Amino acid sequence: MIRFLKYKWFQVGGFGLLLALVPLVVTNRYYLTVMIFIGIHTLLVVGLNLLMGYAGQISLGHAAFFGLGAYTSGILTATYKLSPWPAMVMAVVLTVVVALMVGVPALKLTGYYLAMATLGFGIIVYICFKELVWLTGGPSGLVGIPRLSIGNMVLDEPRTYFYLVWGITLGAIAVSLNIVDSRVGRALRAIHDSEPAARASGIYTARLKIWVFVVSAIYASVAGSLYAHFITFISPSSFDFMFSIKLVTMVVVGGMASIWGAVFGAATLTMLPEVLAVFHDFDIVIFGLILMVVLIFMPQGLTRGALDLWEKYRFRRGIAEGPI
Amino acid sequence: MDLSSQILQYVISGITNGAIYAVIALGFTIIYNSTEVINFAQGEFVMLGGMAVIWLDGISPLPLGFSFLLAVLAVTLVGIALERFTIRPAKSSNPIALIIITVGASIFLRGVAMMFWGKDSLGLRPFTGSTPIHFGGATLIPQSLWVLGVAVVVMAGLQFFYKRTITGKAMRACAFNRRAAGLVGIGVNRMVSVSFALSAAIGAAAGIVIVPITLCGYDVGIMLGLKGFCAAVLGGLGSSLGSILGGFLLGVLEALGAGLISSGFKDAIAFFVLLLVLFIRPSGLLGAKEVKRF
Repeated sequence: MIRFLKYKWFQVGGFGLLLALVPLVVTNRYYLTVMIFIGIHTLLVVGLNLLMGYAGQISLGHAAFFGLGAYTSGILTATYKLSPWPAMVMAVVLTVVVALMVGVPALKLTGYYLAMATLGFGIIVYICFKELVWLTGGPSGLVGIPRLSIGNMVLDEPRTYFYLVWGITLGAIAVSLNIVDSRVGRALRAIHDSEPAARASGIYTARLKIWVFVVSAIYASVAGSLYAHFITFISPSSFDFMFSIKLVTMVVVGGMASIWGAVFGAATLTMLPEVLAVFHDFDIVIFGLILMVVLIFMPQGLTRGALDLWEKYRFRRGIAEGPI
Repeated sequence: MDLSSQILQYVISGITNGAIYAVIALGFTIIYNSTEVINFAQGEFVMLGGMAVIWLDGISPLPLGFSFLLAVLAVTLVGIALERFTIRPAKSSNPIALIIITVGASIFLRGVAMMFWGKDSLGLRPFTGSTPIHFGGATLIPQSLWVLGVAVVVMAGLQFFYKRTITGKAMRACAFNRRAAGLVGIGVNRMVSVSFALSAAIGAAAGIVIVPITLCGYDVGIMLGLKGFCAAVLGGLGSSLGSILGGFLLGVLEALGAGLISSGFKDAIAFFVLLLVLFIRPSGLLGAKEVKRF
């Protein structure tokens, strides 16, 4: 049994089965809605984790790709009456073009410089959402985004949308697990450890970094489209700098370079504001505190940090019991 | 108002804002040089300075100058505490971790400020009078002169501190090579504390002088901090002169762009300049040629 847990398809299948049961047990619309948001955030965080956790390239502007997906879907369907699925594809195409335009020059930078370049990009996109009133509706937002439908079935119930969102997210998780396990995944980790060494061993680092940047942007764009069609109303404030930071926090809390950690991080930080809502305005303070404390004491993230503690404990116990 | 006096007006307001950006950029530079940390909470020092002086001026009958000093002192202590309780225990040199820690600190400080002072933007009376000064078709409010004056005092004071005092020289030694500085008996940890204190103090001073012009709320720190960072990168990260130059340049560019192109895109201009600099010449105007410190 335990041995099976090591197979990634078993993990994905088991997780999928568990999720499939959720809407049968949970009927409360509010809980389902929160879980749909967890799904959307997981999709974003899994993508960002490929970039940050595996390739070691930080992005402080990922909300921009999420917003590009949401706004392209929203504008094409609400204003130009296009049907949602082709609009979603067009959103992905647009996001890829933008990601290439930004990624090609930006990924030549490292460390703080890359962080600032992506941050600047994120803020510029946010300001465009806010100021291009004729296109985006400006600060008051874009209304009347239609629901998604499959065939004749309109997905207007949280229960059906839950299956759609988690189906796509699960697919993305499977793809990511495959990427991570492949030659490309190993190359990405090599870049993380040392870029010159990766280059010396024949990895085309520049192209690979751009490739993973684009992949994570695609994830974010699809998440954005799903988000827009779910809440049917979008405004710039959902795609601001703070949201980019929240995504980074989810990656960090979940643990760098861990796909399942991303699920954990997204779930924890999506539920946290709901739980902390009882504290009203305190939640932002607690949020900042969590960010600091986790990073100070467990720089590899909460899951990795907890695992390290566990291994340390086992190691100590092993010594106490003498040689095996 | 004809175009030339309009442009003069934009340049004046640009220089005023630019002085603030320059001082914030200097704050980044001080900490970066001594620790190689980019302190994303830098803008919160500016906000805390502004909020503290408004609050002190409201509750105490003391003269404004006294509130000014007290606010600077309080924020300085916050700066020292920030380094002592977040950066130092982290013992990390991984930029991603340090970025997130300081961002967390910035959110935390913002939240505390919001709990303490509420969500409203507050204002303060100008230091000396509010009769505008006219010249060349443009007007200048006296507070702008205060902003420029304080900025110049800060810049000159820093220069004096670095070049003429023993502590300042020790800090320069740390910036040059921390290990070597430690070997000749300089307390590196103490110098790092001093750099955070200094950076917080000048940030607070900048926040205080700008309040009568722009109002201050718990959330102004983030944008001011990021603009200050843009200025630091524009001038060349790590270079004091570059920070000053970058600050004024950014202020003027922004004011001209906002006036002549579109005021809604004012903030975008700063970040557009940042991207251009990063993509074309990441070392900035006055920075070293190579960008490879990380």
